[in-house]
Amino acid sequence: MSRTASESDPLVRVENLRKYYNNDSGLLGGLTMDSEFPFVRRESSYVKAVENVNFDIHKGETLGLVGESGCGKSTLARTVLRLLDATDGSIYFKGTDLTELDGEELRRTRKDMQMIFQDPQSSLDPRMKVGPIVEEPMKAHGMLDPEGREARAKELLEKVGLDPQHYNRYPHAFSGGQRQRVNLARALSVNPDFIVCDEPVSALDVSIQAQVLNTMQELQDEFNLTYLFIAHDLSVIRHISDRVAVMYLGQVVELADKEELFENPQHPYTQALLDAIPAPDPRATDRRTVLRGDVPSPINPPSGCRFRTRCQKLIQPEAYDLAEDEWRRVVEFQRAVKRRNFEEREPSAVRSRFLDDVDLRGEAGRIVTDAIDHIAADRFDEAEALLTESFADQSICAKKEPMYEVAPELAGDRHVVACHLHRED
Amino acid sequence: MTTPLLTVDNLKTQFFTEDGTVRAVDGISFDVYPGEIVGLVGESGAGKSVATSSILRLVDSPGEIVDGTITFKEKTLFGLEAGPDGEPRPSEEMLTEEEMRKEVRGREIAIIFQDPMESLNPVFTVGGQLREFIELNRDLPTEEAKQEAIDMLREVGIPDPENRYDEYPHQFSGGMRQRVLIAMAIACRPDLIIADEPTTALDVTVEGQILELVAELQEKYDTAFIWVTHDMSVVAEICDRVNVMYLGEIIEQAHVDDLFYNTKHPYTQALLNSIPRPDETIEELDPIKGVMPEAINPPSGCRFHSRCPEAREVCQRVHPEPRDLSANDRPHNAACVKYDVFDVGYDASPPLETDATGGFSAGLTQTESEAEADGGDR
Repeated sequence: MSRTASESDPLVRVENLRKYYNNDSGLLGGLTMDSEFPFVRRESSYVKAVENVNFDIHKGETLGLVGESGCGKSTLARTVLRLLDATDGSIYFKGTDLTELDGEELRRTRKDMQMIFQDPQSSLDPRMKVGPIVEEPMKAHGMLDPEGREARAKELLEKVGLDPQHYNRYPHAFSGGQRQRVNLARALSVNPDFIVCDEPVSALDVSIQAQVLNTMQELQDEFNLTYLFIAHDLSVIRHISDRVAVMYLGQVVELADKEELFENPQHPYTQALLDAIPAPDPRATDRRTVLRGDVPSPINPPSGCRFRTRCQKLIQPEAYDLAEDEWRRVVEFQRAVKRRNFEEREPSAVRSRFLDDVDLRGEAGRIVTDAIDHIAADRFDEAEALLTESFADQSICAKKEPMYEVAPELAGDRHVVACHLHRED
Repeated sequence: MTTPLLTVDNLKTQFFTEDGTVRAVDGISFDVYPGEIVGLVGESGAGKSVATSSILRLVDSPGEIVDGTITFKEKTLFGLEAGPDGEPRPSEEMLTEEEMRKEVRGREIAIIFQDPMESLNPVFTVGGQLREFIELNRDLPTEEAKQEAIDMLREVGIPDPENRYDEYPHQFSGGMRQRVLIAMAIACRPDLIIADEPTTALDVTVEGQILELVAELQEKYDTAFIWVTHDMSVVAEICDRVNVMYLGEIIEQAHVDDLFYNTKHPYTQALLNSIPRPDETIEELDPIKGVMPEAINPPSGCRFHSRCPEAREVCQRVHPEPRDLSANDRPHNAACVKYDVFDVGYDASPPLETDATGGFSAGLTQTESEAEADGGDR
């Protein structure tokens, strides 16, 4: 199954792609109320939905894109198809930069790129019959005559596993899985090379999911299609992809061949994500480690590595000389202060809960003691600022954006990982 | 074993629609013992949610519970007896609407829904809603209830609960909102919590956090759960015993380990085969053929026979009731006539042409009213 990079140029190449949303559009956008004079402020801010994304997709391959909700997967997909305009960067499709096309040229290129959406209900016009729905893109691109289009629509319906007799039915007469098949037929009608699938099976029942996934794979083999397949379900991604890109907060943090990524994950986020999936097996005893906290806001993302605020492997600043487990405890303590996660505020209780009664040496110990005193006096803001400035913000993870390449161990020929653990000293 | 906390016996809930009677839940029986997590699994339209709403008597018109008894801690939540003219009528012991509302719902049996946004009122603060709930159900004065609400928020892992108390639901993330609902559910220390797909709308990482929280709370308060889900992985992770539903019936009932390692019913087997695995690469998935038929007009005999790879002619005729097929001391009920105890001549019966053996088109011809059936089932 694995189709590794061919010698030819990639079908799609995305370079330094950025997409920002302006957060202060509208009459009252960007206004914030203050308790002090002048009471109202107007601030410009951007939601940095996609930041510096690079990848290639080769002909006939499936690139899986996985990440938690809100990490920018759909925005990325839409930007790649130029349904949204990129803020910066380039998207090359068959060697042409899509960001520089407009008008008629762009419209004609779109014939070769199609999209399948998540919700099979709202992506089909309820007042159109299925046949005309499938014919619509052909009409838009001036393909064939009316009889030819009808014949092709029927042929495609059959190809995706529906009965050609259903040509005259309305979408409501179909179940979710069948509607997604209609979407597939519509996408295929203009004979595209590249299909972006945005969570195409996540709204379907598991047994139906499997049917649709199998059909998609058969069609890929038959028409030599290239998929960009977005999903939040790692099992589905593992099943359908050749290579996988993992996204976190607008950035690709790891990109590798499927086997390599699942069996030899290098980024702590990928590892956490893989640990989080429950296996359908009651005897799987290895208790999964749970990723704490929520995804930070993309309006003001953490500096450096965006995952560092939740990372289990945050790198110790060079200024300190703590043992590994001491450093982990300090990090846990800092994050707990940030979450205000305290029932007991008494210094000795705090010390025993978070630091296991270990006395930290030197500078680090002094800072922690100060922070504990702040907490006892209910000055959480001071404690948080002190800990964050002295520990979290001093780490290399906060100072520099990571981007490294490691040698793949299992499969594929590139393994990109954005984590400072792989830096060369 | 101790006595069950909840006993559902032969529960039937039907929806009377213009197109006919939808038998959404058709004679299911199961028990929940104190402190255990019981799974209720099935595809959409299997009747899982109707079953749980029936337990709390929350089924709305045109739906109606038409038969069966539901007993909870010696209270009859639902029961019928023969009236003077032979017509069934609610029995003497059955709780009134008011008793249900004041004594059972929220206090003794709490429920957590799938979509936390829809369960919280967007125009009231999160803390206010939680406080009001505690105030009403535990008869605490406002100030005490507020303190209790803040403590509950802290307990379910909401950061900075004193300040988050005054925020509105839209300011919380999906996982946080689900935590609030869990706080609300445990606030009255109920004996039973019904969780209706509480993690389906959440990301895996958040799902992990929520499942961990539930396990912790369950240990602390020894609450029993009915966990409704379609996700076999979640079942494997948290359930003690599992009921598998298909088209309004429970077709297999077993301890979770037996269900996965000694699967009896072909439907359960097919369901397990159809899921992609996170821990290994599978070349081709083995989906269940066809689509679930309508509950208005279910197939004769065994309801799964139209999609079953092992269907024989006898499956069309004989409707199996679950029977204990266990080889060990844990009961393991399944409703499939291929087992000898049913003794209906399965082995001698000729194999049947079904979706599973024929082409895909067989299941795709009767789609006309499926959309309605989908909608009516919720």
